Amino acid sequence: MDVVVNGKKVEFPEPITVAELLAQHHLHPTRVAVELNREILPRKEYNSAQIKSGDQIEIVTFVGGG
Amino acid sequence: MKSSPSLAEADSNLSALAGGPESEPLKMGSIELRSRLIVGTGKYSSLELMRDCHAASGAQVVTVAVRRERLVDKNSGRNILDFIDPEKYILLPNTAGCFDADEVVRVARLGREMLTDSGYRGANWVKLECLGDTKTLLPEPIGTLKALETLVADGFEVLVYCSDDVMLCKRLKEAGATAVMPAGSPIGSGQGVLNANAIRIIVELLKGEDPLYPIIIDAGVGTASDVAAAMELGVDGVLLNTAIAGAKDPVRMAHAMRLATHAGRLAFQAGRIPRKLYATASSPWEGRING
Repeated sequence: MDVVVNGKKVEFPEPITVAELLAQHHLHPTRVAVELNREILPRKEYNSAQIKSGDQIEIVTFVGGG
Repeated sequence: MKSSPSLAEADSNLSALAGGPESEPLKMGSIELRSRLIVGTGKYSSLELMRDCHAASGAQVVTVAVRRERLVDKNSGRNILDFIDPEKYILLPNTAGCFDADEVVRVARLGREMLTDSGYRGANWVKLECLGDTKTLLPEPIGTLKALETLVADGFEVLVYCSDDVMLCKRLKEAGATAVMPAGSPIGSGQGVLNANAIRIIVELLKGEDPLYPIIIDAGVGTASDVAAAMELGVDGVLLNTAIAGAKDPVRMAHAMRLATHAGRLAFQAGRIPRKLYATASSPWEGRING
C-alpha cells in the first residue's frame, strides 16, 4: 500500500490507522494536526481513520517563527 | 535565566509607579492583553534561551509557525510547546511561507486545529502572512485581502501582517481584520520604522472613529529605540522576533524591548513637545547677573 506522507512516498505492508502512524513516529496527537487528502482530520477521528492506498497525508506541528 | 527576574521585578515596580501601560489593557478581538509587545519564537540558538527571552520581554503573546513534522523513528522528545507555558502565553500561529490566499487559509486552519483542545487560549487567532516573493518577503496585498475575507468568514480573528500602505490598511480593517500589522521595514532587516508618516496617517485614519482599533508594527525592528519610536507614533503594540533572537545577548535585549515598549507608550500618552528649528531657553532670561 503506497501512501504519500509529508510529501514522501511511504509503503505500508499492513493496514494502518492515523493514530498508529503517529505512534510509529512517537508523535503526540495533541502536538500535531493532520490533513488527509487536503482535508483536516479532527483529532477524535485519528483512531478510526484507516489509511488507504493513494492517500496523501500531511502531519504538521508548531515550530519557531515570527 | 540569571539576571532577568530581578530586572523584570524592577521593571514592574517602575511601571506601577508610572501608572504604566501595563495598567491599560490592549483589547484585540476577544483577548485582552497587559503587554503590548508580541514576540516570535524563531531563530533562537536553544529553546531554553527562547523561554528566558520570552520571560524577560514580558510578552503574553508569542508567534509560532506551522511546518511539516519531521518523521523520525526515534522520539526527539523536544517540542517547542514544552517551552511555552499555556498559563502564561497565548500562541499566535502565523502563515509564514505562504505565497497565495489558498495556502494561507490552509495553514491557518492547520494552526487552529493544533490549538483546539491544546490547553492554550485563542484557537481562532491567526497572524495572516501572505508574501510576495522570497527575496523581499514583502506582503502581497491582493492575496492578503483575499485570504482575510475567507478567514473572517470562517470565524477566525485575524491579525494581518501588511505593508504600510494607508489605503490597504483601511481596506483590511473594513474587511474585518481584528488588527492591522503594518511592517516598519522588511522582515528581519532591522531598519526600524522607515515611513513614520504613513504609520501616523494609518493611526489617524483607522482610529478616527474607532480609537481602540488595534494597530501593531510588525517586522523590521532592529533595537529598543525602534520600538520606542514606533510606540510614540500611537500604535498599540510591536511584534518582533529577530531583534531579540539575533542580538548578542538576547535576554538583555528582550528586557530592553520590554522597557522600550513602556517608554514609547508613556511618551505617546504624555504628548511630545513640537519640533522647532531654533532653541528655546530652559532657564529664565530675567535676572541674569550679566544682564
